[in-house]
Parts: sequence; C-alpha cells; structure tokens
Amino acid sequence: MSSGNTRALEGNSRHPGLNLGPAHAQEEDTREEMVFGFWVFMMSDLILFGLLFATYVTMLGGTAGGPGPKELFELKSAFIQTMILLVSSVTFGMASLALKYREDKARLVVWLLVTLALGLAFLFFELKDFHSMFDKGGVPSRSGYLSAFFSLVPLHGLHVTGACIWLVALLGQMAVHGLDAPVKTGILRLAILWHFLDIVWIGIFSLVYLGGLS
Amino acid sequence: MSDATSLIFGRLGWDALPFWSMLDDHSAMSIINGVIATGAAGMVVLGILAAIVLVTWLGKWKYLWSKWLTSPDHKKIGIMFIVIALVMLSRAIIEAVFMRAQQAVGLDGGFLTAEHFGELFTTHGTIMIFFMAMPFLTGIINYVMPLQIGARDLSFPVMNQISLGLTAAGAALTMISLVLAPFSTGGWTGYPPFTELSYNPGAGVDYWLWAVTLSTLSSTLTGINFAVTIFKKRAPGMTLFRMPLFTWTALCTAILMIFGMPPLTVATGLLALDRYLDFHMFTTDLGGNMMNYVNLLWAFGHPEVYILILPPFGIFSEIFATFSGKRIYGYKILVIATMCIAILSFTVWLHHFFTMGQSAHINAAFGIATMLIGIPTGVKVYDWMLTMYRGRIRLSVPMVYAIGFIMLFVLGGMTGIILATPSVDYQVHNSLFLIAHFHNMLIPGLLFGMLSATNFWFPKAFGFRLEERWGYRAAFCWIIGFMLAFFPLYVLGLMGMPRRSVAYFEPQYVPWMITAGIGALVILAALLCLLIQLWVSIRDRHANNVFAGDPWDGRTLEWGISSPPPEYNFPVIPEIYSIDAFMTEKDRGQGWQAPDRYDDIEMPANSAMGVIIGITGLAMAFGLTWYMWWLVIGAGLVTLVAVIARGFGRTTTRTIAACEVQRTHEHWLEQVRLTHPIDRSLEQTTSNHGRPVPPIEGAVQ
Repeated sequence: MSSGNTRALEGNSRHPGLNLGPAHAQEEDTREEMVFGFWVFMMSDLILFGLLFATYVTMLGGTAGGPGPKELFELKSAFIQTMILLVSSVTFGMASLALKYREDKARLVVWLLVTLALGLAFLFFELKDFHSMFDKGGVPSRSGYLSAFFSLVPLHGLHVTGACIWLVALLGQMAVHGLDAPVKTGILRLAILWHFLDIVWIGIFSLVYLGGLS
Repeated sequence: MSDATSLIFGRLGWDALPFWSMLDDHSAMSIINGVIATGAAGMVVLGILAAIVLVTWLGKWKYLWSKWLTSPDHKKIGIMFIVIALVMLSRAIIEAVFMRAQQAVGLDGGFLTAEHFGELFTTHGTIMIFFMAMPFLTGIINYVMPLQIGARDLSFPVMNQISLGLTAAGAALTMISLVLAPFSTGGWTGYPPFTELSYNPGAGVDYWLWAVTLSTLSSTLTGINFAVTIFKKRAPGMTLFRMPLFTWTALCTAILMIFGMPPLTVATGLLALDRYLDFHMFTTDLGGNMMNYVNLLWAFGHPEVYILILPPFGIFSEIFATFSGKRIYGYKILVIATMCIAILSFTVWLHHFFTMGQSAHINAAFGIATMLIGIPTGVKVYDWMLTMYRGRIRLSVPMVYAIGFIMLFVLGGMTGIILATPSVDYQVHNSLFLIAHFHNMLIPGLLFGMLSATNFWFPKAFGFRLEERWGYRAAFCWIIGFMLAFFPLYVLGLMGMPRRSVAYFEPQYVPWMITAGIGALVILAALLCLLIQLWVSIRDRHANNVFAGDPWDGRTLEWGISSPPPEYNFPVIPEIYSIDAFMTEKDRGQGWQAPDRYDDIEMPANSAMGVIIGITGLAMAFGLTWYMWWLVIGAGLVTLVAVIARGFGRTTTRTIAACEVQRTHEHWLEQVRLTHPIDRSLEQTTSNHGRPVPPIEGAVQ
C-alpha cells in the first residue's frame, strides 16, 4: 500500500513531544501528520491567547471607577484551581505513559477518568469564582478592565470544556472501537491540548491573579 | 411584532427588504436607491433560482453531490474555491463601477445616498479581500501545490472541505445581505466606535462581523493544512530547496495564515462581545480602548497583505521561467527574499495608522521597517527580469499579465515607499492617494497573478486551453482599465480628496473622476472578456484539447501527468533529483514512462462534513445577525454532534485497485505516444495537444 507519505518513514521527521515508539509502529507512521498538524494548530491558538494577554495588560487601568483585582480576586480559590490543573496534567501524563507501555486499557481509562474529574473540578471552581465576582459587581459590562478579564479567562475555561467533551468522546470511541489507531492519535493530540491549557493557565495565574493581587 | 414572531424571526422584519423604505419615502433619491438595491437583490434571487433550475433540468443533483460537494479531492475543492472567487469578483466589480459612477457625477450630490454608498464601499472591500482574493489564491494553491510536490492530496482533506464550507458560508452571508438588508457601512476594516452597538444598532455590522469571522476561521484551517502538507507530504527526494517557487510562496503564505489570522479572530470576537454581551473593549466609555482594535486588526491586516501577494510572486516566478524557456534566475535568493518578506510583514503593522497619536520615534521605526520590505521585493523584480534576459520569450496571455504586473507593481511599490515616510503620510493619509496605492498593489499584483495563473493552469485542470484572443483582450482591458481608473486617484489624493466620499464640492476633481469612471468601464469590459473567453474556450474545447498534459513545455511535476489529472494525481509517487523535476526528466528523455509495477492506492473517502459545517456555520451567522437564538443554538448543536460523530467513523479511506490505475495510466501513455509533438512557437495553435518536442530538438533550457 503506497500511502504517498514517504517522508514520515524517516526517523528525523517525528513530531515533538511524546512519541508512541516502535511498539505502535503503524500508528506512528500513518498518523505523524495528524499530531504535527495539531502542534501547528496549537501555535495558532497560542497567538490568540498571547494577544488577549497583551490586550488585558493594556486594559488594566480601565476600571472606570468599578471594582478592580483587589476587590474581586481570591488567591485561595485561584490557587486551588492552579493545583487542580497542574495535577490533571500529571494524571494525563500517566495516561500517556499507560498508552505507550501497557497492553491493557484499564489503567489508561482510569487515568483518563481521573483527568476528566480534575478538569470538571477546575471548571466548577472557576464558575464559582465568576459567580462570586458577579456578586461583588464584577460584571463585564461594568468596565473595560472587566471586559478584558472576561474575554481572557473564560476563553481558557471554554477550551477546558472543549477538551473535556473531547475526552468523553474519545472514551466513547474506545468503548466502541477499542484502542485503535485513531483513538491513540486522538489521545496524543488531546494530551498536547491539555498541557497547553495548563501552560496558558500558569500565565493567567501569574499575570492576572498574582499580578493583580500584588 | 408579537412575542411569537420575534422569538422565531428575531429582529428580522419586512423593513429588511430592499424596496421597503422606497414605499414609505417617495423622494427621487429614495426611489433611485431602492431600485438599485432591489435590482441587486433580484439578481441574487434570480441567480439562485436559475442555478437550481439548471441543475434540475440537467438532472445533475446526484452528480453535484457525489462528485463535487462531498468530494475530498484537493483539485475539485480548489476549483470550487475559484468559482466562489469569480462569482464574488463579478459582484464586487459591479459595485466598484457604481461607486465610480457616483463619484463621476458626485459634484454637489450624485445619485446614491450616503448610506448606500457606505454599504457599497464596505461590501466591495470585504468581498474583494475575504471572498475574492482569499478563495482565489486558496483555490489555486489547493489545486497546484500538491501536484507540484508529488502528493496525492492535502494532509487533511476533510478539513479542506470544512475550509471551503466556511468560506462559502461567509460569501453566502454577504449575498443574503443584499436580499435582507442592510450591510455594514463601517468599511472593510470596521473600526469602532462607529461599529459599536451604540452608534450602529442595526444588523449591518453583524453581517460584516460574522462573514469576516467565517472567512478567518476558514483561512486559519487552510493555512494549517497547506503548511503540514508541504512539510510532510513531499515526494521522496524533494528537499525544501528543490521545491518549485510557487510551493515556497504557498508555504510562506500558509505560515502567515497560521500566525496572521488569529489577530483578526480576536478583533472581531471582541467586537462581537461588545455588541452582543455589552462588553466595553472598544467603546468610548467605561474604560474601553478602541486603539486596541486598530492594533489587532492591522496585526492581521499587514501579514494579510503578504498572504495576498506572495502566491502571485510564486505564480509569476513559474510563468517567467516557463515562457522565457529558462530556469528561474536566482532560485535561492528568491526563496530567501520570500522568507524575508514573510518575517518583515509582522513588523510593520503600525504604518496603517501613523497619524493616530503615537510618538515620532515609534513612527520612524515602523517607517524604516516598512521601507526595508522594498529590498527583498526589489530583489525579486530583478530576478524576474534576469530570468527573461536572453530567454526566448513567448508573449502568451499569462506573460502579458506578468509583464503588466512588473511595470505597474514597481510603480505601486514606489508610492508605497512615499507612504512609508510618516511626514508624507500625514499629508496624504486617508486620501484617495492611499486608495490608488493599495489598488496599485492588489490589482496588478494579486489579481493579475490570479488571472495569469488561471490562464496558465486551466489546461491542466480541464484538459483544454483557454482561448487566447479573448484572453489578450481581457488582459489588455485589465491593464489599461486599471491605469485609467487608478492613476487619476493619485492626483486626486494629492489634491486632497478624502477616501470614501459620497460627494464633493470641488469642481477641479471632476475631470479626474470622469477619467477614473471610464477606467471602471474598461475594467467592466475586461470582466466581460473573461466571461466570453471562458465561453469560447468551452465551445472549442475539442480543438484545444491537451490531454497529454504539457501544453507550455512546463518545468515542474504537475505537467508530467495527464490533463485533467486522475484523482490520485500520480500512479506512482515520483522520485525527485533536482529543481524543475519534470524538465530534468524530459531533458534525459525520461518523461512519460510506465512504472515497473502498480500498487493499490488509498484515497480519502467522500464526506459530507464540509457541507454540514458550511450550512450550520451559515445558519449560526445568520441567526446571530438577526437575533434568532433558536437557530444559533440548534445549528451549534448540530455542528457539535457532527464533529463528534465524525470521530466515531472509521472508514475514512477507499482503495483504488492497482489494475484500474494501470489501465488509466497506460491509456494516457498511449494517447501521449499518438500526440504529435510541437515546437513552442506553435503552442497557441490548435496543433498543441499537450506534448512539446524534446528539448534537444530546439528549445533553450
């Protein structure tokens, strides 16, 4: 079968990050493009967040007499969210290792479910935060500063929501088709997204929350 | 309006119909504008009805669905992109003619209302950039690039369909806005605060917002697709520095799309938050900052300029080499120049708003950066001229466009350097001088590039040449029409006439305006010539048949296969040993060979994803524009379900048997053997059936 994808067979064109290794030869060779393409998409997405960060910084002074970071943010809650997301990255890492080295699906599924639970917990705490901000009058229509906040932070939350939906869809695919090549590359790509969102959140925590409360 | 109807139709009412205001207001002005708007809407409705009747009458619905709309074939998707571009080009040219007509008689008035004129320049700009230029170049790259690198398809064929669907949805939305008016009057750049809800509560800005957003998403996906394809799917032996120059420019354009489109997504997304959820990102009150929008827009807008111009640079590089019968001069320098332009394009966005209050030092830095781009561009111009130098030049239609391009583009570049000087820019900014400058870059640059590419690759795509006589007429009408229509605008700009003026009170403008109006008519004639050329070519398709595949004595891989190519492009993936791979093969007498053995070929299977996403995208955009929330939510859910369901599918490929590949290929080889080889001097005659004489017998390399 000539796939027309000859360069992918050369060792040096492997995508960055976790490769599945020789035990998964077929998936690696035919799906190289998928993972590489996802990396490129991540670069494009990063520009989105980068610009929103930049816009946020320029809007810091635009509180228009409304509540600012000191009145609205709670470091404890933001710290809890950070820890949840960091741990979820570790658990996704465990899932990736299980995918690479284990024959059985059970361990992989367990780690993915733990990751999903942590993702949902993160979303819960984030929504709770927004709710308490709203209660204190921190709504986006109040000021340019709050608009910038609510265009940046919930976009990350939306990404996490999307990643959770994708994770559920992948678990569904695994239930129907078993651990076949599309599921494996799906997990590889979702892992990239998950760690990416973790990094973006570190930016949000440092710049928005720590910066705002310092 | 009752609650039930507003639940279903949102804020869409009878007054959206273009003739509604005419019924209330009987002034002459209102009736003239109402008649023009109704005529445009009627053309859209009639056009759609005619298309439906025609397809039904021919009984081609099934063919259309299974062979085109659901086809993942990059060649068909490319052609569909170009069809969208041509339809939208026709509309936007007609709009331009109306604007020129208005300004020709615009001393103290004219016949268009300010509102109508505002819609015209907004749709003209939006369409020309997002629904003419982008689909045109995307279509050409889609068609040609995989053939040039020896690939069978793009890396992500279904994503390619989705790109097409999103662009089609955006284009359809701008067409719908003719029937259910109004469109935005905020210009193609849509600067707030004018486009904010408080100043512009109607549906117009929302049409613009969602049409542009759909196009942006489409282009981001396209960029990813092209870049990954070029990096991962090149034939063995095709190293980066053996890629044809058009593929190089496609790569740079793809990279610009990946990094240049997100700023526009952010800009339109934030403006949408302002308009829909009462945010204050760009408002004049409560801490909003409209300069952020301007920065974001041009952080997209300037890379966009090079997204538009780099593919034509690649196209002209192919054309100069082919029709001069010479290898391109300075291949590596041209590649480096392309890359320099791509990188510099991210460092100059501020020159679009020198006058908006930043310090002189910042202006100076961006002015110098802008002028720097002139250096790699100049290198390219010299390389093209040196390619022609001592070549045996054939003045074919693509070559006429190419030479027109060099002459006019250099002039436009010169006025660009003038504008890049901040102190001069203070004098002429926002005047017609600027309009003349960027049309001088985009028409001879982008549009001539696209049209010469169409003339050049049309025989590859359809198996017959485009008729030359009407081709020359179109080309000369374009060149002359362009000069007549836009050189007067330089003068008018220096005389102080602002852009986007519906009327003026300075009699000295009139002769220049009338000249420009005549130019617009010549351009309209050029459009007609293009249509006649297409008609005549289809009529004479048997006489101009080039099934053998190589009508221009081509140099790159795409000319080494049949015209039109089989859906899998190459029966066996070729191996590459040099640049101009097919010319090398012909040189060694190795062209048109049968491989030792044939294998089964795995191709992507048909998919309805592109159609589904296109329709749901259009439904969401339309619902958002008119506040039909049920439609937005419903279409959103359908999109989500479709994407998830697609993930569960497993039969995404189908196999073409080796014996079928062999049969097709050997039939073609037999036809090539039967084709009489011709000399290059005969390539515009009916004896050209796509097989040139071998290089040894007379051609210069």
